[in-house]
Amino acid sequence: MTVFLVIIVLALLAVTGWQISKIFDLSKRPDADTSQIANDKDNRLNGILMLAFVIFLYVITIYCFWEYGRFYLPEAASEHGSEYDTLMFVSIAIIMVVQVITQGLLHFFAYKYKGEKTKKALFYADNDKLEFIWTIIPVITLAGLIIYGLFTWSDIMNVNTEEDPMIVEVYAYQFAWRARYAGEDNTLGKANVRFIEGVNQLGVDESDSYGKDDKIVTELHLPVNKPVLFKFRSQDVLHSAYFPFFRAQMNVVPGMITQFGFTPTITSEEMRQSEYMVEKVKSVNEERNERNEVLQAQGEPTLDPYEFEYFLLCNKICGQAHYNMQMKIVVESEEDFNAWLEEQPTFGSVMADQSQDADRPEDSSGSEDPASEEDAEGEDNTNNQSQESDAVAVVENNN
Amino acid sequence: MSAIANAPAHDHHDDHGHHHKETFITKYIFSQDHKMIAKQYLITGLIMGIIGIAMSILFRIQLAWPEQSFWIFEALLGKWAPDGVMTPSIYLALVTIHGTIMVFFVLTAGLSGTFSNLLIPLQIGARDMASGFLNMVSYWLFFLSSVIMISSLFVEAGPASAGWTIYPPLSALPQAIGGSGMGMTLWLVSMAIFIASSLLGSLNYIVTVINLRTEGMSMTRLPLTIWAFFVTAIIGVVSFPVLLSAALLLIMDRSFGTSFFLSDIFIQGEVLSHQGGSPVLFEHLFWFLGHPEVYIVILPALGITSEIIATNSRKPIFGYRAMVASILAIAFLSTIVWGHHMFVSGMNPFLGSVFTFTTLLIAIPSAVKAFNYITTLWKGNLQMNPAMLFSIGLVSTFITGGLTGIILGDSTLDINVHDTYFVVAHFHLVMGISALYGLFAGVYHWFPKMFGRMLNKNLGYVHFWVTAVGAYGIFFPMHFIGIAGLPRRYYTNTEFPYFDDYADVNVIITVAAIITAAVQLVFLYNFFASIFYGKKAVQNPWRSNTLEWTTPVEHIHGNWPGAIPSVYRWAYDYSKTNEDGEYVIKGQDFVPQTVPLQDKEEELNH
Repeated sequence: MTVFLVIIVLALLAVTGWQISKIFDLSKRPDADTSQIANDKDNRLNGILMLAFVIFLYVITIYCFWEYGRFYLPEAASEHGSEYDTLMFVSIAIIMVVQVITQGLLHFFAYKYKGEKTKKALFYADNDKLEFIWTIIPVITLAGLIIYGLFTWSDIMNVNTEEDPMIVEVYAYQFAWRARYAGEDNTLGKANVRFIEGVNQLGVDESDSYGKDDKIVTELHLPVNKPVLFKFRSQDVLHSAYFPFFRAQMNVVPGMITQFGFTPTITSEEMRQSEYMVEKVKSVNEERNERNEVLQAQGEPTLDPYEFEYFLLCNKICGQAHYNMQMKIVVESEEDFNAWLEEQPTFGSVMADQSQDADRPEDSSGSEDPASEEDAEGEDNTNNQSQESDAVAVVENNN
Repeated sequence: MSAIANAPAHDHHDDHGHHHKETFITKYIFSQDHKMIAKQYLITGLIMGIIGIAMSILFRIQLAWPEQSFWIFEALLGKWAPDGVMTPSIYLALVTIHGTIMVFFVLTAGLSGTFSNLLIPLQIGARDMASGFLNMVSYWLFFLSSVIMISSLFVEAGPASAGWTIYPPLSALPQAIGGSGMGMTLWLVSMAIFIASSLLGSLNYIVTVINLRTEGMSMTRLPLTIWAFFVTAIIGVVSFPVLLSAALLLIMDRSFGTSFFLSDIFIQGEVLSHQGGSPVLFEHLFWFLGHPEVYIVILPALGITSEIIATNSRKPIFGYRAMVASILAIAFLSTIVWGHHMFVSGMNPFLGSVFTFTTLLIAIPSAVKAFNYITTLWKGNLQMNPAMLFSIGLVSTFITGGLTGIILGDSTLDINVHDTYFVVAHFHLVMGISALYGLFAGVYHWFPKMFGRMLNKNLGYVHFWVTAVGAYGIFFPMHFIGIAGLPRRYYTNTEFPYFDDYADVNVIITVAAIITAAVQLVFLYNFFASIFYGKKAVQNPWRSNTLEWTTPVEHIHGNWPGAIPSVYRWAYDYSKTNEDGEYVIKGQDFVPQTVPLQDKEEELNH
């Protein structure tokens, strides 16, 4: 179907070219007007083209809304997201009304009042009443939008701490994300890049007891319908944590902690089942199959079929692999979430494990606090199996 | 352009007794004549424009057909495109330098530099700029900065690649990206020189407009072009020094170990000693220029089109005073809206509210201007010269692009479209394409004044119509992939299968971009061929009221051969009639500013 737009463009171009060539032909007559100043014929032709142009504008507007409107993100998967979408639709409706009317007038006037030798323009220099009208209409409309927008904005940005949101740190570095859950105490341990060493990749302060039960993971799991407050921290350059499906975004700034809170409302599974997503995945897979045919012909490995997962992506230029800095997000029921979180090792246990490992060439365990080691073991000795593999994964990821 | 003897540039007296011979160097190279400097700016700007647009075509090809091999990449990018496949680092470099060149070198210097220089003395009735020498220095600093910017393309580790906004720490740390080494240093040096050039130019424009207006040329009789250039120069003087301070602090962070913008950084296995700085401070400093900058780009274009639409509608511009008031309001507001680029930067949300408020306020004067343009067309006698077409095109793209600003200026809505292709579509339409249309409109309209010859109108029509369709073809669909969450500055979108079905849109955009860029060649041909072979221009081809058309076609230094003309009326007495319905001057639908009030003519206050 995209061919349709191309055809329209080409057709208009062809019409233009044809008309222009006609002018060339006509202007070859010996008595031709060579002043290079528009004459009545040019005025008429370009006036008509102005009218054609505004029709073109309407056509591509309708086409884009029809064909690409479906690209608009699925139903917001967060509580504030529906407010966001409503505001967005109201704004789009208003600007489209203004767009259609003003473009129509502009081009219609350009057509209607195309110049003729015998015509006289109207000397019409000002009119206070008109000026007032089109100052006051934008004032009222914009005042409405501003007030509406600002209420929504303060709703979104002022995190309600009385609801006791779950604290999650989202940590960014070139070119991946980590998440750190605050654990039982729902308080993140202190952290600074100066503590980064070995498996302690997020620079959590080992002497801070709040950090012991923190859990560091490579994919973000969120319980549905529970408020979450994200704390963002970057290790190197600016990043931006963009959660398109949750209508959330915040820059991640080295040297400071930024925050954004939202409540996920649709689980990954529900989203996959939604009519929108079934349709979307189908169309993505069609696209991928087309590409696979080409790849197969070239004898290259083919693409896997696509299945939907929420994702977090980096949306602030951060270096060469900026385009592939993503993290999977899973929204699930609270039980599933708790079960998953239970499996993750605590920071304390990971560090304890590291210091137990006597084979390490560069030993920094001298600074280890033996008390914290015990502490960590006491809390988490059931998870030794998984933490081992996780620590390895973490180290590999560092490269 | 015949070799007419010229007086020294600082001579603003009416007597022109002491002419002396000019050499080739003083006439064409180190010229102090504002008309020659305007041409120098224009041609340098056009060359930079060719480079900037060519870069955009290269990265558009990569976006449409990601990671495929093209001989053109291999030919132009060399080691940055092994086997003809563009690398991610050169992609970012192209994006960065494209932005820098188009914003600063084409649309600031190429547009405002050209037409401020050409039109300020001519339209206010002055022999030259207040200081011809500073004017010359301003151009040559611009030239130098252009050369340095281009030379940065050839350094070993690549040119600056941190985006045209060069946010630190990415732009400060060569470890973070290759382009932040020598390439970034050259970028900063080039921009520092560019700012010096811009300040010299702006101060000159301001002083000239205030002091050198001819007799009778009160501020309320100035053509809107001059109002726009004058206010633009003021915005430049207010905001460019802030960018200079940001650049200087960044140079210190990079080279002298200070920590203005850097703190707590661990990169490539080591902790840097920087402590206590904030990248957000840089964002504030950058956008304190960065936002006014978009008005520095668009206001001259709006000034140019005001003049062209009035002339070609054969009607006065509607609401002259409202237009001036809008320019002033936009100028004032433009300096207090920069925070709308930073809603999600980690800035206090309350500040976000304030910036939302001021940002949506600036929509009001912009809307007034758009309505006034439309009303100016109403019941006109529109002469569809290419300049007029580009001016109407500007109003169209200014409206389309401006309206989406209402979404981006709303802090809430910005959350999810920030840094997506929606932003790219918005600013390209409202300041990129609109300002380019302003530039083209200006060139078509004042080409006879600059070169004494006419541009070919039929080539102009082809140029306009293909560009108009193409520009919407590029940027209209882009809104939709942006609002669907596609981030800008991604080398390829294939890492996210979710975005796979936008691939077709990217192909359409790229095809439209290639067609649009190709048709600019028609313009270039027209431009350069007409300089030498164009039809000779008459003195006032567009039957315009302003003073520049009272000068002879042949350029002379000092602009007017005799005394400087006096001005008796505003610039917009088109189709003015007496009570009996007859034109003020019989058989002529315009009354130049130099014509005194006629018998039976009613004096109007505008």
